Amino acid sequence: MLFANFLKKDLMNNSNEKIEEVFKGIAASPGIVFGEVYFFTKHTPRIEEKNISSQNIENEITKFEHAIKRSEVELLKIQTLTEQKIGKSNANIFEAQILILNDAILFKTICELIKRTKKNAEYIVNLEITKYQQLMLSSADEYMRERAHDVEDVKNRLIRNIQQEKLISRFKNNTIVMSETLTPADTVLFSRNNILGVVTETGGTTSHAALIARSLRIPAVLGAKGICNSIKNSDEIILDGNRGVIILNPTKETKKNYHARQKEFEKFERRLEKLRDLPAVTLDDFEIGLSSNIEFVEEIDYIHSQGSHGIGLYRSEGVLIGQDIIPSEEEQFNAYKAIADKTFPFSVIMRTFDIGGDKVVDEHVKEENPFLGFRGVRVSLASEKFFTTQLRAILRASTRKNISILLPMISSLEEVRESKRILEKTKDDLKNENIPFDEKIKIGVMIEVPSAALLAREISAEVDFLSIGTNDLVQYLLAVDRGNENIGNIYQELHPAVLRTIHFVISEAHKAGKKVGICGELGANPLATLPLLGFGLDEFSVNPAMLPEVKKIIRSITMQDAKRVALKVLELSDTNDIKNYLKEELHKVVPDIPIND
Amino acid sequence: MIEKTITIMNRAGLHTRPAATLVKLAASFKSEFYIFKDGMNINGKSIIGVMTLAAEQGSTLALKFEGEDEVVASNAICEFFEKGFNEQL
Repeated sequence: MLFANFLKKDLMNNSNEKIEEVFKGIAASPGIVFGEVYFFTKHTPRIEEKNISSQNIENEITKFEHAIKRSEVELLKIQTLTEQKIGKSNANIFEAQILILNDAILFKTICELIKRTKKNAEYIVNLEITKYQQLMLSSADEYMRERAHDVEDVKNRLIRNIQQEKLISRFKNNTIVMSETLTPADTVLFSRNNILGVVTETGGTTSHAALIARSLRIPAVLGAKGICNSIKNSDEIILDGNRGVIILNPTKETKKNYHARQKEFEKFERRLEKLRDLPAVTLDDFEIGLSSNIEFVEEIDYIHSQGSHGIGLYRSEGVLIGQDIIPSEEEQFNAYKAIADKTFPFSVIMRTFDIGGDKVVDEHVKEENPFLGFRGVRVSLASEKFFTTQLRAILRASTRKNISILLPMISSLEEVRESKRILEKTKDDLKNENIPFDEKIKIGVMIEVPSAALLAREISAEVDFLSIGTNDLVQYLLAVDRGNENIGNIYQELHPAVLRTIHFVISEAHKAGKKVGICGELGANPLATLPLLGFGLDEFSVNPAMLPEVKKIIRSITMQDAKRVALKVLELSDTNDIKNYLKEELHKVVPDIPIND
Repeated sequence: MIEKTITIMNRAGLHTRPAATLVKLAASFKSEFYIFKDGMNINGKSIIGVMTLAAEQGSTLALKFEGEDEVVASNAICEFFEKGFNEQL
C-alpha cells in the first residue's frame, strides 16, 4: 500500500514535468511558427459603486458624455478598418453598437439616474445597459442573443472610456494568439500588431479569422477543440498551419524536426513563387484547370497573385454574412457582378446558397440532424421566390459570359430537373423584360451526396458539368461528422471507398461527355493530386493558399505516371496502405514537398 | 392619446436596420411613443429598447402615441409597419 502510494506520487511528479502534447485543428492559414501563447480574453472592467457629491454631478455627466464620444471614435475606426480588410457588408456588424451609443433616450435616462441616485457614471451605465443585455440573453431567438454580445461590447467600451483607461492592445507582440473564438473586430486588430500565429477553438477555413489570417499571411490553426483548457498563458508551442497541428511543450527533438520543416517550407514557398505565372501543365503536356475557392470579393486580388485561373467555387453565402435578412435581387446582383468583373477574363462557378448544415442557419429552423436536413438546394427549391431572386441576380451578372451556376446538395435527378425548370423560367422572364444575360450560361451539379454520386451518369446528361464536393461526400459516405472529436480520426479523405467513388463519378461523367472538377479540401491534399489526375479529373479548385503547391505537383509529373498510380490505388483497400503508397510515389516526383502525416 | 395594434410583416422581424429607421422616424415627432409587447413597455424612440423587443414576424405590438402631433405620428409609424419597413417582404 505504502509502496503503491509512493509509486503514485512518483508518477504524479513525473506528470508535473512538461510533457509534449499534440492537438489537432483545421489548417486555416499555412506556415510554421514557434512561440509563446498569449491568451486573448475579453476586457471586463471592474465597476465600483461610488457616491457623488452634488457639486460633482455635472462633472460625472461630462465624463459620461466624453466617454460616448471616444467610444464612437473607436468604433468608427474599427468599422473603417474592417471595411478595408474584409469589405463593407462585414462592417455592418458595428452599426448596431454605434446606434446604441447615439440612443438619446438611453442617454437621458442615464443622466437622470446619475442626478437622482448621486452614483458614479460607470455604475449607472452598467446597471442600466445590463438590464437590456439580460432581456436579450433570455430571448429564445438566437439572433437576439447575438445582439446581446453587441450590447455587452458597447457597454464595456463605454465603461472603459468613463474610467479613462486606454484601449490597451489586447494582443501582445511576437506571441501566438489563442482564444476560444475571435470576432471580426478582434481579428481586424491583428493587422496592427505583430502576431506570430493564431489558434482558436471554433471556426473553420471559411471564417473571418481564417480569411484575414491568410490575407495577412499569419499561420493559423482554427477549430482546435478543447485547446483552451489544455494550454495556459506563456506556454511554449509550435503552430503548424500547414497541417493544422499544435504541439505543446515540444521536446528538443520535435523542435529540431520542426525547425527543419520550417526552413523547408520557407524554401519551398520561395520556389513556388516562381511558379505563379507558369501554366498548370504536366510534363507530358496535359493542361489541367486550376482555380480557387472563395467566399468574398476581397479575396480575388489574392487568388490572382497566387496564379489562379478563375474561381472554381464561389460560395454565395458570403453575401449573407453580417446581414439580418436575405439581400434583395439588386444587392445580390451588385455582389455577383463585382465578382464576375474582377475575375474576368477568367470565369467563376457560382454555387447557389448552401445554407443549413453548419452554414448560416436560420435560427427559426432547429433540426435534430442539420446535415441530413434542410440545406443547400432543398432550401432553394422550398421557396421558388427566394431561389428565383438569386438566379435573376446571377443571370443579370452574367453578361460577360464568364459565370456558371452550381447546385449544392443535389440528391436526386428530380431536384436537378426542378432547378433547371426554375432556371429556364427565370431566363424567359428576363428575356420578356429585355434584360440582358448569358443565354448559354452553364449549369453544374455538386456531387456531395452518395446518391448523386451513384447517379453521376444520369445527372451529367442533364447538366453541363459536375463538381465533387469532397468535404461533405466523405462525411456522408463514411457516416462521420468531422466536427465530432470522438470520431474525427474516422474522417479519412483517402479512404478507399472515397477514392473509388470519385473515380466512378469522373468515369460516368466522361461517358456522358461532361467535365468534372473537384472543390473540396481533398483537391488541395498533395497526396491526392496524382490519383485525381490519373482518374481523369479536369479541374482542381482549391483554397488559394494551397494553389501553388498543387501546381508544382502537376508540373512535376506525367499523365502516364498519374494513371499508373491511380490504377494501383484503386486496388488498395486499406487507408494506411493508400497513404503510404501515395507518400512514396509523391516523394519520387516532388522530393522537397512537406507532407501531412 | 392614440392606441394602435400592429403585426410585424417582415420575414426577419424587427431587426437592427428597421429598428434604427423606426427610432429615427419616431424622433422626428414631438409625441411620446411607446411600444408594448409581452408585458414589456419600451420607449419607441430608444434603439436599445426597440432592439430588446425581439419582435419576430407575425408578432403583435401595441403602440401608444401621446402629444400634440400624435395623429400624424401614429399615421406615419403605422404605415411604416404596414409597408413592412419598406423592405422586400
